[in-house]
Amino acid sequence: MALIAEILFSILTGTALFFFCKNLLAIRRNILIGKASFINDHPGRRWKQVLLLAFGQKKMFRNPLVAILHLFVYVGFIVINIELLEIIVDGITGSHRAFAPLLGNCYILLINSFEVLAALVLIACVVFYSRRNIIRLKRFISKDLNGWPKTDANIILITEVVLMSLFLIMNATDPASHFLISSYLKPLFNNFNESQLAIIEHSAWWLHIIGIYAFMNYLPYSKHLHIILAFPNAYYAPLIPKGTMHNMQSIQNEVLYAMQPEMAPTEATAPEKFGAKDVMDLSWKNLMDAYSCTECGRCSAACPANLTGKLLSPRKIMMSTRDRLEAVGKNIDTNKIFIEDGKSLLHDYITIEELRACTTCNACVEECPVSISPMDIILELRRSLVMEESNAPAEWNGMFSNIENNFAPWKFSPDDRDAWTSQS
Amino acid sequence: MKVNTMAEFMAKGEQPEVLFWVGCAGSFDQRAQKITKAFATILDKAGVNYAILGKEEACTGDPARRAGNEFMFQMMAYQNIQVLNGYNIKKIVTTCPHCFNTLKNEYPVLGGNYEVIHHTQFLQELIEQGKIKFTDSNEWKGKSITYHDSCYLGRANEIYEAPRKVLESLDMELREMKRCKSKGLCCGAGGAQMFKEEEKGDKRINTERADEALATKSDFVASACPFCNTMMTDGIKNRAEEVHTEVLDIAEIIAKAIK
Repeated sequence: MALIAEILFSILTGTALFFFCKNLLAIRRNILIGKASFINDHPGRRWKQVLLLAFGQKKMFRNPLVAILHLFVYVGFIVINIELLEIIVDGITGSHRAFAPLLGNCYILLINSFEVLAALVLIACVVFYSRRNIIRLKRFISKDLNGWPKTDANIILITEVVLMSLFLIMNATDPASHFLISSYLKPLFNNFNESQLAIIEHSAWWLHIIGIYAFMNYLPYSKHLHIILAFPNAYYAPLIPKGTMHNMQSIQNEVLYAMQPEMAPTEATAPEKFGAKDVMDLSWKNLMDAYSCTECGRCSAACPANLTGKLLSPRKIMMSTRDRLEAVGKNIDTNKIFIEDGKSLLHDYITIEELRACTTCNACVEECPVSISPMDIILELRRSLVMEESNAPAEWNGMFSNIENNFAPWKFSPDDRDAWTSQS
Repeated sequence: MKVNTMAEFMAKGEQPEVLFWVGCAGSFDQRAQKITKAFATILDKAGVNYAILGKEEACTGDPARRAGNEFMFQMMAYQNIQVLNGYNIKKIVTTCPHCFNTLKNEYPVLGGNYEVIHHTQFLQELIEQGKIKFTDSNEWKGKSITYHDSCYLGRANEIYEAPRKVLESLDMELREMKRCKSKGLCCGAGGAQMFKEEEKGDKRINTERADEALATKSDFVASACPFCNTMMTDGIKNRAEEVHTEVLDIAEIIAKAIK
């Protein structure tokens, strides 16, 4: 019987890890559909970003109360997963609390701290759940989240609550142990005899570990990938001032050759696509951004366009990018290579009206706790609209021709540029 | 007022210590011209040896680039960098955060490397160096003011303190809006929005921001960008509050207090 449990457990662990890795590799493949761009300058400064933004959760502390609740969940997640090691050892070898004899009194301290964290995670998740479903904060009831995204968020929170409860129940029903939090739960189980308690403990133990494996394999399909991708995303976040737009070398060269034809290479190079029409025209960092997004909506809550009722929502830009990327990924899975499906990120997933509303104010970028830039995607799509489709509002076309002819966005004579010096 | 151009300096075989990049708004927009003149007056009074490009200045290309027209941007950048490098420009001060951002962050990769500072930073320096002295009874003392952060100065380049320090040096009472500094709300003009109608929505962005400024019940709203200035002025006019709350650029405030 014990041997069967051990074999079953080992198979379960192996299968869970196999599918998890398989899905992660699929996500990696999808991210690398994006255009190559080499980002690895100043590794020292980049590691500092990882420390501050990912480990330190600096941006979360723009709202300290929420940051602390989130910190409980985050620390709880990392620390309680140490316990996972013991669970795996117990599961495979059939031992019970394998680390207890090795660690002595430290073990009690360790489990006590896990229990305190589990309780804190539980409280935080209940608060988070009520912020979404009872208090109904504006950014959580936005139409961005209609349907699956709202369910996704609730599934994650409920799973956390269930997992933490199972962990505490498992300790409470272990007759030999007396830990800080679970000992308060013991009275709940007074009416059970020893063998019943053992069944409850075993069930809680199994459900807990199955729950963890299920959650792990749910991750790649959920908005919750930020627990992994926040770290590389912080590392690869730009180090330059946020106002800087990415330069287009090809156009820089084209202008240079037009002005100084002697500089032009003799062999014509194939014209490349300007800007981004679809996900494969974005950089891999833009695509990693899309997978890192946890749909918290801090960006959209700070977006001047969104909060004055325009169609643009930076969060939705990220969600649409991921949706399109996953569709492209599925297309590749079925056809081996991407077969044109008559759709593109621009127009089919993100509309012109959304793109036109952006003031490039960087509020979305500033707010994002996991170093995402929705603005970068917006600007790349705008480039495609204007340069590939010549699609600009009439006023912008006027502005372009004024700049071209009068060297100013308005129709003034360049000769009057210094007229202010002769005014009183 | 007499303002020397780079061409005139060159003719005399001299080099000014700093180039004042006026920008399109500062050159042509009637309201922004007042800011330009105020800043030029300050430079004169502080004894700064400066020049403008005059007719040789051209749009940096910022609105074209942000609208998506990289060709237009690259053409303007090429032309401007030729002129600036031709005059061997080392240091540029500008009253426009959009020009500031483009010159400082986007021209270097194209071969235009200059020390670029915003006029609020320059004013702070001049005050600290004692080159700007205020009249004993300047009209600003004790007046309340709220400062509207320009996105291209603030989040884009993390300049939050210089404009505030300048206002504080006048003993004005600085009242912060609910959303300020890195959380500052855009005026609605950036990203080439200045040159088109807003998209459909339920409120104009500048009205939203003006409401927030008016909620501080300050005597004045300070701006550090000609576009923000226009947007805030219009927003406050929409609420018919222009009699009580005037929008002024920081340069205009200093120009009125300078000895």
